[in-house]
Parts: sequence; structure tokens; C-alpha cells
Amino acid sequence: MMSIESSDPMLPRPYRVRRVRREIPDTFTLDLEPEDGSAIPSFATGQFNMLYVFGVGEIPISISGDPTKPGSLVHTIRAVGTVSRMMQKLKPTDVIGVRGPFGSHWPIERAIGKDIVIIAGGIGLAPLRSTLYQIIKEREKYGKVVLIYGARTPEDMLYRKECERWQKQPHLEVSLTVDRATSSWCGSVGLVTKLIPRASFDPQKTLALICGPEVMMRFSAVELEKCGVAAENIFVSMERNMKCAIGFCGRCQYSRSFVCKDGPIFSYGSIRDLLVKREI
Amino acid sequence: MQTLEALLAEHPFFTGLELPYIQVIANFASYDHYSAHKYLFHEGEQAAHFYIIYEGKVALETFAAERGMITIETIEAGEVLGWSWLFPPYRWHFAARVVEPTSAIILDGGGLRAKCQEDHHFGYELTKRVAHIMMQRLQATRLQLLDLYGMHA
Repeated sequence: MMSIESSDPMLPRPYRVRRVRREIPDTFTLDLEPEDGSAIPSFATGQFNMLYVFGVGEIPISISGDPTKPGSLVHTIRAVGTVSRMMQKLKPTDVIGVRGPFGSHWPIERAIGKDIVIIAGGIGLAPLRSTLYQIIKEREKYGKVVLIYGARTPEDMLYRKECERWQKQPHLEVSLTVDRATSSWCGSVGLVTKLIPRASFDPQKTLALICGPEVMMRFSAVELEKCGVAAENIFVSMERNMKCAIGFCGRCQYSRSFVCKDGPIFSYGSIRDLLVKREI
Repeated sequence: MQTLEALLAEHPFFTGLELPYIQVIANFASYDHYSAHKYLFHEGEQAAHFYIIYEGKVALETFAAERGMITIETIEAGEVLGWSWLFPPYRWHFAARVVEPTSAIILDGGGLRAKCQEDHHFGYELTKRVAHIMMQRLQATRLQLLDLYGMHA
């Protein structure tokens, strides 16, 4: 009889849904735990897992939970395709397959003693939330910490209550902005790029982390550079369709790199020219 | 407290402007505080001034039937509010509502316009700065129009 290596990265492990939270109308968070009661593999912030709805398909989803609380594996998902829409229908005790964690991480170890600027747009806050948890836990290691988060409307703002809690923390500078609002909204209206020059950080000693739609990341990186942040100190999280997640299949090829293996976190300096190229 | 002239001289909007011109502008400047919810101006009113927001936040608004007041964008500390004072028919296109208590330098648009007419070099320097702000806002508006966080994002 053929035995299957439990460390086989292509083999999904069954995870039970512990909790489903509706975040905003099309976005939800799944808390998962291994069905066999074993430990959840440790992960670095920015990494992703392949989540598999049996008989439907598998998609890459960034881990959005607290890396210092290993009790459950947390993913925030936007229901936009066949698999994610099926995931939206999951209920507690349902079982899905999980492979991972995969990919590169946000290099916050390089930010020790420096300022950190986190720029997120839309669902892009999810892959950055785990980093923010870690930064808050180790707050004394860093200089100023700035979070700039943009969404379509106040109602589309992910983790809104958490954002408001972060806003009240004295050692975090949190700016929230939306594209459209009614007069009941007291935050900013406009793109995240507009908030970058207003933020207080030392561009010479800043590490910037950006996640959101590619256009937003591109313009945010340009704005950060205008402020004096070096391209090699700006990191972006790229997204492409994936299949194997371990660099074999080539589905997520991004010029000379694979997003699954070499990314999803890339330094802006290493991909700046690719971001303006079509059909990559 | 710094003088208005000093505040104007150190503001990025006036960077590179010769000191005598700063002095001219200071003659048309005043400083005021506004409490939240107050309107600095309403759509259609005569655009007699423009503002350099020193502290606080102001929302540019318009009204749409069935949607109520819609905020187009917010203008915050360090930014310049208003360019309708420079172009006919000198009427505000949007309303400006104070979101957070705001301090601002108010500049007399009519007076500065007359100075621009008298001294074309001064007029060019001022118009160039207003045009730069218009370009930045146009670029930001174009990005906003992309609906970056929509379903296709």
C-alpha cells in the first residue's frame, strides 16, 4: 500500500470551521482548527494558505489572524468567485482542506528601530492585520507606526470596529479614508495617496508595507518615494491566480518570479518596472 | 504666535515666492477659527475668498436628490481650499462644511485677483500654484473614478 507523507505540501489537511463572521456584505472571516486536534503550523505575517472546498476548488488566501495566538487559523475572504462564494456558505463544524503556509512574509524584522507605514486598501487590510497585531504586541521595538486605510465607503470598511479601536491607541497613527461618503462620516474622503504626505514619519528610516488593488499600491509607492522613502524599503503584496503554491506549475509566474514562492511580498524596488507593464 | 506673513512664508503653497509678494498676500490675509458643522461657504455663493487650512478638517459637499449631502473630498491641515475665486463666474461649485474644529488663513480672492491683474508676474506665480493644486486634485479624482475597491479590483 502506498503511504502518503503528511509533510507533502500538495496534501490538504482537514480543518473544521470553528466560527464564521460576516465582516461586510461580501466579505467574511473563517476561524479554522485542525480536525484532528493537532497544532496549527506557525506562520509569518503576510504568508498565505491554500483553502480547498472539497469538490469545488482551491484558492490562495492570506492569513489575517494573530500570529501570537495560535489557537485558530484566521482568514478573511471576499466572495468573488466560485470557491469563495461556496466558502461564504460554510457553517461551523463544516470541514475544508488547508495547505500551507506558503510564500514570503512582511519583513518587519527590518523595521526594528524604524518607523513603519502600513497602507491598505479594501480587502488589502486582511493580509496586513496579522502584521499589525504583531507590531502592537512588540510596540516598543519600533518608532512611529502609521496605518492608512482606504475603502470604497464607510460601510465597506473592513474590521471597522477594530480600526476605531486602533485609532484610540496613543502609539498608533491611524487615518481612515473612503472614496464616497455622506455627511455622517467624520473621517477623510479621498484616496489613500492623499493621506501619505500628511502622515508623520521619517522617510529616511521608514519601512512601508502596502496591500490593496495593484493600481492603489503603485500610486501609493510613487507617493512614498516622493516623500523620500527608498524603493527597497517599500514592500507590496502581489496577487495572482495560483494552483500548486510551491513554484512547480507556473500558474502564478510574474516575469522571472513566482508569486507563490518568491512572493507574495516583494520589495517595490524589485518589481517597480513590472508594475507598469501590461500582460504580466 | 507667528505673524500671518511668517505663516504664509513657511507654507508649501508659497514656497519660492519672493518676500515682497508674501507681504502683498499678507495684506489680504486674516486668520479665523471655525467650529464643527459650520459652513465656510455654500454652493452658488460668490467665491470671494480662499482658505489655507492650518488645523482641522473641511468637507467639500454637494447635494443630490434622494442621496442627500455627498462628501466629494476632505481638505485637511496644510491644504488649500478653494479656487473658484480665481475663475469667472467666481461662484462656489460645492459647499464647504467644517468636520473638525478648524483654523484657517483666509485670503481675499477679489483683492488678490486685482493684484494679479496689476502685476502679471505675481499673477503667474499665484496661478501656477493654484494650477498645481488643481492638477493634484484632478489626478486624485481620476483614481477615485477607477473605483479601485469595487468588484473588479
